[in-house]
Amino acid sequence: MNLTLKVWRQSGPQDKGRMVTYRVEDISPDMSFLEMLDVLNERLILEGDDPIAFDHDCREGICGMCGMVINGVAHGEQRATTTCQLHMRHFEDGAEITIEPWRAAPFPVVKDLVVDRSSFDRIIQAGGFVSVPAGSAPDAHSVPVRKEDADSAFDAATCIGCGACVAACPNGSASLFTAAKITHLSLLPQGQPERLNRAKAMVDQMDSEGFGGCTNTGECTAVCPKGIPLDTIAQMNADYLKANSK
Amino acid sequence: MKYTEGAPIQDTKAPAGPIEERWEKRKFSARLVNPANKRKLDVIVVGTGLAGGSAAATLGELGYNVTSFCYQDSPRRAHSIAAQGGINAAKNYRGDGDSIYRLFYDTVKGGDFRARESNVYRLAQVSVNIIDQAVAQGVPFAREYGGLLDTRSFGGAQVSRTFYARGQTGQQLLLGAYQALERQIAAGTVTMHTRHEMLDVIVSEGRARGVIVRDMVTGEIERHLADAVVLATGGYGNVFFLSTNAKGCNTTAIWRAHERGAYFANPCYTQIHPTCIPVSGDYQSKLTLMSESLRNDGRVWVPLRKNDERAPGDIPEDERDYYLERIYPAFGNLVPRDIASRAAKNVCDEGRGVGPGGLGVYLDFRDAIDRLGRDAVEKKYGNLFEMYERITGENPYDVPMRIYPAVHYTMGGLWVDYDLQSTIPGLFVIGEANFSDHGANRLGASALMQGLADGYFVLPTTIGDYLADGPFGEVDEEAVAEAEIKVRSKIDRLLAVNGTRTPDSFHRELGKLMWDYCGMERTEESLRKALERIPELRQEFWENVKVSGTAEELNQVLERAGRVADFFDLAELMCLDALVRTESCGGHFRAESQDADGEALRDDEKFAHVSAWERTPDGPVLHKEPLEYEYVKMTQRSYK
Repeated sequence: MNLTLKVWRQSGPQDKGRMVTYRVEDISPDMSFLEMLDVLNERLILEGDDPIAFDHDCREGICGMCGMVINGVAHGEQRATTTCQLHMRHFEDGAEITIEPWRAAPFPVVKDLVVDRSSFDRIIQAGGFVSVPAGSAPDAHSVPVRKEDADSAFDAATCIGCGACVAACPNGSASLFTAAKITHLSLLPQGQPERLNRAKAMVDQMDSEGFGGCTNTGECTAVCPKGIPLDTIAQMNADYLKANSK
Repeated sequence: MKYTEGAPIQDTKAPAGPIEERWEKRKFSARLVNPANKRKLDVIVVGTGLAGGSAAATLGELGYNVTSFCYQDSPRRAHSIAAQGGINAAKNYRGDGDSIYRLFYDTVKGGDFRARESNVYRLAQVSVNIIDQAVAQGVPFAREYGGLLDTRSFGGAQVSRTFYARGQTGQQLLLGAYQALERQIAAGTVTMHTRHEMLDVIVSEGRARGVIVRDMVTGEIERHLADAVVLATGGYGNVFFLSTNAKGCNTTAIWRAHERGAYFANPCYTQIHPTCIPVSGDYQSKLTLMSESLRNDGRVWVPLRKNDERAPGDIPEDERDYYLERIYPAFGNLVPRDIASRAAKNVCDEGRGVGPGGLGVYLDFRDAIDRLGRDAVEKKYGNLFEMYERITGENPYDVPMRIYPAVHYTMGGLWVDYDLQSTIPGLFVIGEANFSDHGANRLGASALMQGLADGYFVLPTTIGDYLADGPFGEVDEEAVAEAEIKVRSKIDRLLAVNGTRTPDSFHRELGKLMWDYCGMERTEESLRKALERIPELRQEFWENVKVSGTAEELNQVLERAGRVADFFDLAELMCLDALVRTESCGGHFRAESQDADGEALRDDEKFAHVSAWERTPDGPVLHKEPLEYEYVKMTQRSYK
């Protein structure tokens, strides 16, 4: 396959940035999207150019490190797929592909397609945990958990923290990310003691990081590689309201 | 490559006496640090996977002043997150005859009698606490309708002791540790530095007193000092370039600690996982594992005839060779990883492999779908089938999967004693980065167990005994400056070459060489060839590598080049270790040492020891730690 790539290049946070066009040739349809970029980067290095910086690590769709807006869609058009799991067979030979970083004020660009998502870590710091020091736990079977609750908690807990939800949201909201963690822990008995404080602290932190509000457009869940359901946001709002009316 | 043999090495920390009392005894004899003193003690933890994340969180909870580093943009990304199958624990919730002793026994046997009994017993003991801890943190393990935890049997175990969270157990356990870590960051006991790569250990007056790191965004070289340093930087499987490891996994942290005096134990013990998606082309950047649980229902086969080009569906039953079931009737498709991997290699070497290049075997669900129905198969393996289809474009409900072995885990690592302390006082090593518990072969679902055992329960106790003598006062400025200069000059050297080949092209070539000569099957000839070729390639690397950009910016080419440079040196030691160990054991198969059936043949007379390598200016020095088996009788493994 031969492709034309239009890639966002930005040398650092202070640089204004611009789209740069590259041609890539002899791309195998069995390559992953990132392998296609590897091929381009190997060429750029040898030509003495600066290769395109992008985040990636596990390349099997679970670490959450990779992520780019491909043809205007976070992680590309294939549903429930991270950028690293997207393969070139889904593109037409001769296609033009635009590649941009996540764009949201709380995710400043570090370089090219690399953004700073440390705001997500700070949302977890605010309360996305159960306070249980190592060694203090009772026997695992002392508290049975309904299978349905455990399964729903798991569904919410599969969030990989990639940030696609923010990139896709017209408001730049981190509601789906925050709600996924709140819902995961709210559904389990172990999460109950801190439940309302957790919701309040995490939502307040999310707001203070500069993420926008949720207006139920649902773009977040549409691009989410793990299909985190939108109703987690309802759960978050319910817990948050309860916390504030106490 | 020349080496000399030095004095034997001993673990002096494991107490004597009945094995079930040793950890209890050590916990009691380990000195405690007064709570008021803990906050005056600084501990550095490098790496935030299961071992590092849980250790940093727990040390923070205990009140130490912790600084943590990871190369990713968040501690949640560490590669523990990709573990699929599950975590073993001797809970015996099924009443199926499991016990701490049985998990201990299985692990010693599975490791082919090349692990320490004391360590393995402790691991089995602590395993039960891990499940309690994880559940209390809200890890959403699979449950049954009665509300209790579900378990499955895994990787050849005959009891059901593996706890799991669908195919994402590693993710859920890591997020548990990550959340505990973030809680301590918020509490101020842990300071986190993401996008920082450790490039050296500072050793001052014989003690590990800090690290030199590079800020991967600004390029700044920083010094961080402490009273103890913990390395939790994972394994070195990426020396093969293609592996199931994350792209960033590397050996630099443990290798540079080795250069500073930490012994490297059993570097040749690598685990090749039998069920990975085969290589599809030269551009391949990594390999993807398909969970071993697939072998519970999938049947492995190849055509009976060589070079059979027919589509799998056109090959009649009597022209298929279900070779695992044929050779190992008792365990069939569930034989341990090393055995399944080598059997796949053998049939492919015979010219009966399938797919591109003949490097693949079928993993067929046709019979399972007939027996259980498509829905039941989908329920069990749906996410794995989807993953397979996403990568290969083939639908495994209709066409058998193609699988091939790939490098997955490294049992070798820095030598540690029972306290998980390396040969450098104050330098502790946990998780996959150390060598301690898996012997020559790791059992499925035991990596998560070991990482969390080390991080939550073992290290936080044993490090106290060392820190009870601290704080250790001023760090020698000369030692810090020397380490900084060493790091900077290596970076400058890489940038100065300005040759015509990229770091990745060298890495690929090194990886291919290691796979061919020091992979699933090793011979004296292949290893000697590798030991000849590696120095040549390394020399070419230092004369012809091209690293673009500068040191003072985010420079991913420079990061990779530094790691590849260390992989060369490690590769050489791996091949030497493999050459010296003329026996076969676990994941280390020397073709010269096999029985009449082609099975691995140990030589307990000569090799019942850990090989701990010291790096000296005069070349490697081998220190042997004899292994004694008081409880589990040494036998030849048999899965027939």
